[in-house]
Amino acid sequence: MEQKLIVDGKRIDGRTFDQLRPMEARAGILKNADGSGYFRLGRTIAIAGIFGPRQVHPRHMEEAEAAILKCRYNMASFSTTERNRPGPSRRSKEISKVIREALMPVLFLEEFPKSAIDLHVEILQADASTRCAGINAASIALADAGIPMRDLIASCSVGVVEGQIMLDIAGKEDTEGDVDLPIAYYPKRDLITLLQMDGMVTREQLKQLLELAKKGAMQVYEAQRQALRSKYLEE
Amino acid sequence: MISIDPEVIKELTTKGIRVDHRAFDEYRKIKIETGVIEKAEGSARVEIGGTKVIAGVKMEIGEPFADRPDDGVLITNAEFLALAYHEFEEGPPRENSIELARVVDRGIRESKAIDLKKLCIENGKKVWMVFVDIDILDHDGNLIDAAALAAIAALLNTKFPKLDIIEEDGEKRYVIDYEQKTDPLPVTQKPIGVTAAKISGKILFDPNIAEESAVEGKISMGITDNMIASIQKSEPGGFSIEEIDHIAEIAMKKASEIRAMLG
Repeated sequence: MEQKLIVDGKRIDGRTFDQLRPMEARAGILKNADGSGYFRLGRTIAIAGIFGPRQVHPRHMEEAEAAILKCRYNMASFSTTERNRPGPSRRSKEISKVIREALMPVLFLEEFPKSAIDLHVEILQADASTRCAGINAASIALADAGIPMRDLIASCSVGVVEGQIMLDIAGKEDTEGDVDLPIAYYPKRDLITLLQMDGMVTREQLKQLLELAKKGAMQVYEAQRQALRSKYLEE
Repeated sequence: MISIDPEVIKELTTKGIRVDHRAFDEYRKIKIETGVIEKAEGSARVEIGGTKVIAGVKMEIGEPFADRPDDGVLITNAEFLALAYHEFEEGPPRENSIELARVVDRGIRESKAIDLKKLCIENGKKVWMVFVDIDILDHDGNLIDAAALAAIAALLNTKFPKLDIIEEDGEKRYVIDYEQKTDPLPVTQKPIGVTAAKISGKILFDPNIAEESAVEGKISMGITDNMIASIQKSEPGGFSIEEIDHIAEIAMKKASEIRAMLG
């Protein structure tokens, strides 16, 4: 008998449909990196570290008019139920690309021509929404590194499980749900800078999913700002 | 190679003009030709304007994934051939070709275009593996839509090779005769990739290579019968919910027009 994922209007972990998992956000968790961030969403844990702006390696990647952002997303081999084989995969390369593209709109890259900003995102534990947690940690790390930014980028995912739209799917909702849709959000401009989806939705459902995701992202945004405030204003 | 300054494209777009005088929601001429590679189980060559791609389907027998013991396996790969564009290089796949292949794969997979259960030969042991390989031959923009169209056209063109199962001393041997084609592959949906680009704050469809040099962002949707099966945003730059909804609306219309061309 399959376990139902919704019982009496509640989800398997007791959350309501529009509730994020517990979050924990911290800035400046590493000594050597120029900037670092930590973001936990339930059991999903991401850390991010920044080096730069610094010289570009290899040199031919250098751009005359702006810094390049290099991003490497990686899942620790112990982060998943079955061991994740170390090293880059096709999945991690795609995610590295979309994370980079999600963050670029808020960075004043033109202030650092011929240099590179290296972003490393490490997923220490994976329970869905790893790219979202990675982006959230990365945003904090970029700010912690003192890179000039227009805003923070906040990310979360929404999904459809047993026909119900819900925020921040996790655990069995992720493996057995019908739709998974991560977004990254740029609050000051009201723009979605990462958008991916797997699953079947109508146009109307897509709109509802995006509205819900935006609400979730605003809560993430608050947690990110609080992390930076507690490091720089309350220390 | 003649290139157009991205600033010119941006300025024209602001005025509502595209370099090739198309309407914002207008595709370039699409050509689909199937069965172009006899050695493949299925194949298709697709052109969208100056973009040319070819997709070939090969089938083999393999083992299923442990968590899906009675599902066949679908594997999609794309090669950005160095002869297609001066910036493409030889060597292992880079992130753009990996992303394209994964987006095309998700369009097919999420729409359940192929009934993977019908590719099971022996539960938990032997299944058909379907390899969709896409070669980019000439790059004139909007590679995702061309690749997605070539992939589904090639799958619709695919026939199983003849399979003989020979039992000897309780051992089963699987012998494939690639020269003999049998039943068509069970393709039940026709997902169509539709890509929109944002330039100077305006949304236009099927960007050509000159337009791609000026994009803020692109959104590709995989569309089946009035449903969206997959989405991928690419390039830096963001979209509002209204813009995404507008893209979904037009994408539905464009997908039906393009799907009709598959016959």
